[in-house]
Amino acid sequence: MSSATTQADREYPATRGLHLFAVFTAGATFLLIVAGALVTSRDAGLSVPDWPLSYGRLMPEMIGGVFYEHGHRMIAAFVGFLTIILAVWTWRADQRRWVRHLGWSALAAVIAQGLLGGLTVLFLLPTAVSVSHACLAQLFFSITVVLGLVTSRTWCEQGRRLAAPWPPSRPSLPVLCVTTNFVTFGQLLLGAALRHKGLGIIFHLIGAAAVAAMVFWVLARVAREHSGDAGIFSWALALNGLVMLQLLLGAGAYWIREVTRHAVQPLWPMVVITVGHVALGALILALGVVLTFQVHHRFGRQTSSSFEPEGVPATT
Amino acid sequence: MRFSRSVSGWMMAGLLVFSLACGGGEDAGEVADAPEMEEAVVTVDPAKAATITGKVKLEGDPPRMPTINMSAEPDCRGLHEAAPPAEVVVAPDGMLQNVFVWVKSGLEGKFAVSDTPAMLDQKGCIYSPHVLAVQTGQMLKISNSDPTTHNVHPLPKTNREWNRSQPAEGSDIEYKFPRQEIMIAVKCNIHPWMRSYISVVNHPFFAVSGADGSFEIKGLPAGSYTVEAVHERFGSQEMSVTLGDAESKDIEFSYNAS
Ligand code: HEM
Ligand SMILES: [Cu+2]
Repeated sequence: MSSATTQADREYPATRGLHLFAVFTAGATFLLIVAGALVTSRDAGLSVPDWPLSYGRLMPEMIGGVFYEHGHRMIAAFVGFLTIILAVWTWRADQRRWVRHLGWSALAAVIAQGLLGGLTVLFLLPTAVSVSHACLAQLFFSITVVLGLVTSRTWCEQGRRLAAPWPPSRPSLPVLCVTTNFVTFGQLLLGAALRHKGLGIIFHLIGAAAVAAMVFWVLARVAREHSGDAGIFSWALALNGLVMLQLLLGAGAYWIREVTRHAVQPLWPMVVITVGHVALGALILALGVVLTFQVHHRFGRQTSSSFEPEGVPATT
Repeated sequence: MRFSRSVSGWMMAGLLVFSLACGGGEDAGEVADAPEMEEAVVTVDPAKAATITGKVKLEGDPPRMPTINMSAEPDCRGLHEAAPPAEVVVAPDGMLQNVFVWVKSGLEGKFAVSDTPAMLDQKGCIYSPHVLAVQTGQMLKISNSDPTTHNVHPLPKTNREWNRSQPAEGSDIEYKFPRQEIMIAVKCNIHPWMRSYISVVNHPFFAVSGADGSFEIKGLPAGSYTVEAVHERFGSQEMSVTLGDAESKDIEFSYNAS
């Protein structure tokens, strides 16, 4: 393979097939997050008391809550299967070592995620395990999105063209972006802790203010210094839009939980709003990470070419 | 190389956690033994036994009770003529059903545990009764009269939480709660509207208000007691009651609906 490396391969260190597959996996993962959020909103997590089988079977009767819990398990198994293929494919087809490692991390994450999901059922949803399961889901989704991003031809070709000097302002834009990612992740954690009854809403509200402040700071910086760079500006703008929407959905989630406090069963407006809030949280994190990668791509390393092929993947 | 080693490390850790989990999951829902009875059991002379009778009222406009949407479970929907109402039951003349009433304090010593099992049935995807009380160590039998599977999932705070599935023709689940705990919610996660409350009491002096809001606690020794009424929605109320030998007192709890 190394002997056959051509100039075109150097320009595009991944393949179109891999890119499409990574995007597909990311899409399936988003569905999986929606399915997982449905389980919590419908309070169906313990409708199947056993794991890894469901009522001792691969396919139980899908009545009531079992539909949500077992449906979630089925989509999860599918995504796990996709992730195995994705990791192996990346390892075979991508020339960048860090991307290959990212593929393996995705696999490690999905395995850990499956175990956390099983554990939380067997131990009757302890807050710490459920919250870890919720947070790792968000992290895993962002990993699949990044894999989809960095295996695209556009991304790979952009790197060379757009290389720019580091911006002078402090803290630098890349630092601002990475900080935003961490703050967002922290907010997802606080949201999960709230939803799984570990913490009160006040922490999550403070987190919301912090996230809103960070994304606005990023936007202000981008607008001042990079407004001509649509690749960054539009992402920063979209991120702010989504966070705005998320503030509304969050307020909606709080309100609907309050007014349906005495409901006999989960009502669909509550389910739609809370699931939407979780799903949008996943999108916000992923979009923020994409923005970080875009920014890093421009300012990260303009000196040498950013993806020197690193030879044939080590076979172990 | 180093990375693949760390991946296999992850998996090993995962497997370890997994095997621990299986070990931990096995005994969930086992019948727990009643705590040892070391103290002498108090017996009350029937000729001297006192009684508390009473009623629970709800004043103001009772909350509108939504009906349960059972479309997710046709097997149960078919067992009801109309959509069944949610389970906070107010009788037409303002009496409140399903209020748990018990002697909260004032009793001394241990009392014999009833050897009649308490029964909780699942019928038409509804728990019957909605509010139930047992003694610590008293046998509770949970049956499934439905043509469908339920999972029985009590959510105690001081007792141990468990979750067991019960298929349509499944045998009764038998369980003894080892510790006193009031209004333990029990739910089925397959049918999210299903909810009942079990109170576990260290003595036999408790009751649940009936359809006419009335209750009766019999066989009490003379003494001064705090009697508490607890309703899932309207909360708790306390009242002091002093009883002489063979005395009978009538009390009334009154909740405000607003
Ligand atoms: C940047 C802003 C926000 C983000 C990223 C965010 C994210 C999240 C996430 C991910 C969850 C669920 C976690 C899980 O179950 O896995 C959650 C739950 C929740 N959030 Fe937010 N949130 C934000 C703002 C807000 C605001 C402003 C409010 C309220 C005014 C709010 C109210 C809630 C409520 C009530 C829940 C629990 C929903 C339930 O009971 O099911 N959030 N949040
Ligand atoms: Cu059920």
